[in-house]
Amino acid sequence: MSIMSYNGGGVVAMKGKECVAIASDLRFGIQLQTIGLDFDKIFQAGPKLYVGFPGLATDTQTVHQRLKFRTNLYELRENRKVSPKVYASMVGNLLYEHRFGPYFVEPVVAGLDANNQPYICAFDLIGCANAPDDFVVAGTCEEQMYGMCESLWKPDLGPEELFEVISQALVNACDRDAISGWGARVYVIEKDKVTVRNVRTRMD
Amino acid sequence: MAVCGESGDTTQFSEYIAKNVHLYKMKNDYELSPRASANFTRRMLADSLRSRERYNVNLLMAGYDEVEKKAELYYMDYLASMMELPYCAHGYGSYFVLGCLDAYYKPDMSVANGYELLKRCIAEISKRFSINLPTFSVKLIDKDGIHDQEPIHARQLVI
Repeated sequence: MSIMSYNGGGVVAMKGKECVAIASDLRFGIQLQTIGLDFDKIFQAGPKLYVGFPGLATDTQTVHQRLKFRTNLYELRENRKVSPKVYASMVGNLLYEHRFGPYFVEPVVAGLDANNQPYICAFDLIGCANAPDDFVVAGTCEEQMYGMCESLWKPDLGPEELFEVISQALVNACDRDAISGWGARVYVIEKDKVTVRNVRTRMD
Repeated sequence: MAVCGESGDTTQFSEYIAKNVHLYKMKNDYELSPRASANFTRRMLADSLRSRERYNVNLLMAGYDEVEKKAELYYMDYLASMMELPYCAHGYGSYFVLGCLDAYYKPDMSVANGYELLKRCIAEISKRFSINLPTFSVKLIDKDGIHDQEPIHARQLVI
């Protein structure tokens, strides 16, 4: 029994054409018992910046709170909202500070930068960043999500198509993992709005 | 707040939280909301988790928020993961009781129906769970405060 699979869950983020989408499942469980059905692992870090923390649930909440503290101070000192690259750097920094007693989360950052260009980044539990051009996945169902994303994703998807692609990728990957699923929430971030949708999934 | 877990930790941690919540009221002249108290408790538990000795307690915190005008129930496990839930349970009994609650809970239940549902859950445990748990105390929290209800005795339930 691994610490990273104690609570279960998965988060995926994908780039589109001037838009980015991030999605997570909603299960809160302890090993094989499901306790809650509304545990969203994604939090808002800026007007067009969202971050997901799949992994150990207590660290999901703690890391979110510690990062919120740091971004609040950043915004007070610099008098501007934090940009996705800077935020990702802060996430990596926080995680590496605990190199020898890590937080058991694998964060996923998704946002639009100042020029409305999409940015996604994923980290391992000690803060190694990975910022590719297509999609990032994390969680107990990451291998299933890799398969789904690799087959469904294409470059330059519009917001509506991106929503379809990311929803199908997440839902089908979670269906093949016993400790992920029980509902899903998808955030599509475009230059002028953010759309949040709950996706109906198998509740088992 | 209902606590279970390591003996000693349960009393020490719950008293620590209770006294700190009371201190807030003395310092600031108004009470902490249930949500704030739950988050404070979670922070204390999370900080202790990665320190020399962690508190090994599972909790349920219930309160009535006078500003939002609604009752709230928070589930917190010993690792300090917190969730606001309509109903919850800790321990081995939860494996039996959550199914009961899933089937019979309604968000707009009356107090009497809620008490009956609690009795149903305890009947379920008495029937199917191997550990003998003869009596349960019940407290009701609403806008008028905390009220002690009639304890539920497993022997008196129709099984």
